[in-house]
Amino acid sequence: MKVRLNDDIVELADGATVADALDHLGYSPNGLAVAVDGEVVPRAAHRKTRLVEGTTVDVLSAVQGG
Amino acid sequence: MSLPPLVEPAAELTKDEVVRYSRHLIIPDVGVDGQKRLKNAKVLVVGAGGLGSPALLYLAAAGVGTLGIVDFDVVDESNLQRQIIHGVSDVDKPKAVSAKESIAEINPYVTVNLHQEHLNSENALDIFRDYDLILDGTDNFATRYLVNDAAVLLGKPYVWGSIFRFEGQVSVFWEDAPDGKGLNYRDLYPEPPPPGMVPSCAEGGVLGVLCASIGSIMVTEAIKLLTGIGEPLLGRLMVYDALEMTYRTVKIRKDPEGEKITELIDYEAFCGVVSQDAQQAAAGSTITVQDLKAKIDSGEDFQLIDVREPHEYEIVKIPGSVLIPKDRILSGEALSELPQDKPIVLHCKSGGRSAEALAALHKAGFSDAVHVGGGVLGWARDIDPSLPTY
Repeated sequence: MKVRLNDDIVELADGATVADALDHLGYSPNGLAVAVDGEVVPRAAHRKTRLVEGTTVDVLSAVQGG
Repeated sequence: MSLPPLVEPAAELTKDEVVRYSRHLIIPDVGVDGQKRLKNAKVLVVGAGGLGSPALLYLAAAGVGTLGIVDFDVVDESNLQRQIIHGVSDVDKPKAVSAKESIAEINPYVTVNLHQEHLNSENALDIFRDYDLILDGTDNFATRYLVNDAAVLLGKPYVWGSIFRFEGQVSVFWEDAPDGKGLNYRDLYPEPPPPGMVPSCAEGGVLGVLCASIGSIMVTEAIKLLTGIGEPLLGRLMVYDALEMTYRTVKIRKDPEGEKITELIDYEAFCGVVSQDAQQAAAGSTITVQDLKAKIDSGEDFQLIDVREPHEYEIVKIPGSVLIPKDRILSGEALSELPQDKPIVLHCKSGGRSAEALAALHKAGFSDAVHVGGGVLGWARDIDPSLPTY
C-alpha cells in the first residue's frame, strides 16, 4: 500500500504499523513524535496502530533550541 | 472551547493604565476585566534568550503585572542577532539584568523578579510556586524536561516553544487542565532524542526572526490562558516552517501508558551524553583517532567495528571497519559474530554509541575491547580531512 510519509509517497507492506513506518525511515523512536492523519499517536500505540492506503504520516523531531 | 481564566482581576486600573492599555480595553473579549487579570498575573519566563526576548517584551507591553526571569547567562555578542531584548551596551551583562532594564523602559508598571541561577531539580519547585503560568524558552532538553516535570508536580500550565534553523514548535501543556484535557510534554516526546542526534541552536544555527514568530505565539497563548479567552493550544502542537511559510497543527493525546511524574529526577543524566555503564567502560578503554591510525599503520592485528547504522556507514567510514549496529550488540544478537582471537576496537559517529556498545562487550567478556573517542568525525577531522562529515 502507498502512504504519504513526510511528504514522500512510499510503498509499505499491507498492515504496516506506525513502528514499521519509522523502521522504513531508519529512525529509532526516541525524541520523535509521529502524527497519523494529523493526530499524534502515543508511543505505546506505535506497534498497534496500523496504517491504511493513503494515510498521511508525519514524523516530527523534538528540537531543543530557545 | 476556552478555559476558565487563570487569574482573578486586579481591583482597578489607574488612569495612566487605562490610557496605556486602551487598545486592549476596547476589544470586547479583553476589556477592562481582561486587562485587570493581566495586571494581577504572575508569569515566569525561563530563559531570557531567543524566545524569552520577544516573549518578555510583549508580556511587559501587554501589561502582565509581574514577570519572573530565570537566567544565569551573560549577554554575548552572538546573541544580538536574535535576542532583541539585549543591546550592544549589554554585552557581558547578566541577561536577567539586561532584560529587566529593557522592560522598565517599555512598561514601568511591571514588577520584575530576577532568578539569576541555574534552574535545577533543587530550586525549580520553589521558583515556580509563586507564578500563575510558566513560559519555557530554554535551549536544552534537560531543562525542558525539568520545566515540564516541575509544572506537572505543581499543577501549573505552561507554554512551550522550541526553535531550530527555520522551524519552530509551540504548544501548551497542563497536566491538571479541566475537563480531562490534561497532558504534558512527555505525552508528545516521552524522552529526548539520543544525545548528539539533535543539534542545539549553538551547533546548528537559527534564523533570528524565527524567535519572534514563535515567541509571539507563546505570548498570545499566555494572554489567552491568563484572561480565559479563545481556543488554547492545549492538546495541539503547532509546527511553523519559515521556508515553506506554513503553520500546521497536529493533535496530541494523553499517552494512556505514559509514566506518572512523581518527583524531579537527574535531568542531566536523563538526557545525558552516555550512561554510567558506558562512562565506566570508556574510562581506561578509550583510544584516540591517532592511536587508531598508528595501530593500522603498524599492521597490528585487530578488528575495527563500526556500531553506527547502515545509512551512516554509507556516508563515510574508516577503512577496514565492519558494520555491526549498536543495537545488535546490546541485544546480544551480534556477539557470536565478534572475533574471539583478536582485540576489538569499536567506533561510532563521535564516541557515545561506541561507549555503550563497549560496556556490553566488557560485560560479555571481551575485556580488552576499546573504543575510539571522537569516532569517525574525529577521524575525518584529524586523520583524513578529505572524508565527508555529517
